[in-house]
Amino acid sequence: MTLERKRQIATVAKYVVLILVGILMIYPLVWMIGASFKPNSEIFSSIGFIPKEPTVQGYKDAMNGYGGDIDIWKSMLNTYKIVIPKVILTIVSCTVTAYGFARFKFKGHDFLFALLMATLFLPNVVLNVPQFIMYNGWGWVDSPLYLPLIVPTLFAQDTYFVFMLIQFLRNIPRELDEAAKIDGCTALGTLWHVIVPCLKPAMTSAALFQFMWSSNDFMGPLLYVSTPKRYPAAIFVKMSMDADTGFSWNRILALSLISIVPSLVVFFIAQDQFIDGVTAGSVKG
Amino acid sequence: MSNSGTTSSPNNFWKENKGFVFIFPWLVGFLVFKGYPFLSSLIYSFSDYSLFEGISKWGIFNYIEVFTNKKIQTGFIITFKYAFMTVPLKLIFALFVAYILNFKIKGVKMFRTVYYIPSILGSSVAIAVLWKAIFKDDGIINMLLGFFGIAGPHWLSNKTAALFIICLLRVWQFGSTMVIFLAALKGVSPDLYEAASLDGAGKWRQFFTITVPMITPVIFYNLVTQLVQAFQEFNGPYIITAGGPRGATTLVSLLIYNNAFKKYAMGLASSQAWVLFIILMIFTAILQYSQKHWVYYSDEEA
Repeated sequence: MTLERKRQIATVAKYVVLILVGILMIYPLVWMIGASFKPNSEIFSSIGFIPKEPTVQGYKDAMNGYGGDIDIWKSMLNTYKIVIPKVILTIVSCTVTAYGFARFKFKGHDFLFALLMATLFLPNVVLNVPQFIMYNGWGWVDSPLYLPLIVPTLFAQDTYFVFMLIQFLRNIPRELDEAAKIDGCTALGTLWHVIVPCLKPAMTSAALFQFMWSSNDFMGPLLYVSTPKRYPAAIFVKMSMDADTGFSWNRILALSLISIVPSLVVFFIAQDQFIDGVTAGSVKG
Repeated sequence: MSNSGTTSSPNNFWKENKGFVFIFPWLVGFLVFKGYPFLSSLIYSFSDYSLFEGISKWGIFNYIEVFTNKKIQTGFIITFKYAFMTVPLKLIFALFVAYILNFKIKGVKMFRTVYYIPSILGSSVAIAVLWKAIFKDDGIINMLLGFFGIAGPHWLSNKTAALFIICLLRVWQFGSTMVIFLAALKGVSPDLYEAASLDGAGKWRQFFTITVPMITPVIFYNLVTQLVQAFQEFNGPYIITAGGPRGATTLVSLLIYNNAFKKYAMGLASSQAWVLFIILMIFTAILQYSQKHWVYYSDEEA
């Protein structure tokens, strides 16, 4: 009886903790949605999220651009002009690299693999300055095609994804490759017909993470985009915040919210792949 | 096994090194986008390189500056404070929640999703804006504290509080760390717990004598990755507090940014980056070395 009772209390306690943590996680976001529909005078007057006098003024104001060069829609379009090529190039280049490392022996394989692993832990902070100098020399800074942000992904430079794909590849039986070889597949054919279909879940995870990280990326565009009409949403929202805080919070909250809607939608559609992706890189390794 | 020391035909050479073709683009990219910048920044760090005026002298003056300038030293101290506050808090919180979720809980998936959302959005500018709004003097955090009769601090203008909210933003994103812990916890064999409870070990003892030792490899992984991340934190302090109040959240990454991209002092910025890099390497090395004393690897495979 007492043991049973103790167990019940423990179970209730667990749910209470989990729900409290859940509220801490989600309430700021819920409040943000509510606040974006409040008049400015109401936003900081109560802790509740339901607007007393709902208004879409914040959203109306959010549509105003700056000097006609840039507004929220144009900036979001710019964001995806960066994000989509990055995602596609990352998937292709990282898959090819992972295939090369995981399935072949060649001269210098082990040394190069060690190098790859080392760059996984190479902090970006040492690269920012010299990369900027290099891109500046090439005339890539403020490039209309966002070259400094996109081109490195063509060369599989987001090592984390290469590593993640290698981890997955190790679990695909080599017999499949052998069979394809016997059937007359070339190395490239094997990659396309055998590896890619098996690797699809991992490739999806990598694509999703690259999508999120690139959409959120702030420092990249901060360094390499300086013309307002080319600002992605991250820079546009930051600029609006600097210009507006103190008087027009509903506008800036509405802007922020609009800018994260695509990420939220993608997350809700593909949440399981995210979770699988996070664990794949670490636990199996 | 054909290359027994004798010369192999070009055809064989191609066959044996086919894989190289696949990694070649990566190698080129590595040399251009990482290797070259890495080494060149080491060289720049010994010069007075300014983006517009070029280099006029060489020497170790940047490093002397880093080790003698009060402001730079404060930056390093703040970075340490930030990292040693954020990383343990985040890991402990993540492990705690993962541990609870690992019991037979209804709706694990829902909880997991909810906890994960901040990790996905957390580094976006939108969330930084939100953070600024909720920690305003009249924001919801202070309103909430007011209910309990506590007068909240001026979060954004109090030096300690400002650093704390930057740290809290990262702790709030504990979701991905938690998911990794959760996967590791699921891998701990139930037999071990059963044996322990037969021996009369309570839940807490089981946690410290079985759970923690079994998942030390994952704790190690999370510790290293989070530490590397924390030492490079930029978005939070840059967007929310702009390094203020009075320099209280000016982490080294902000100093580097200000020197390099506001003052165009590329040499000085490079040397700061290198000092930070070496500190990080030392920490990673210490962790690697300490691994054999506390990280448990089951002997199934390397």
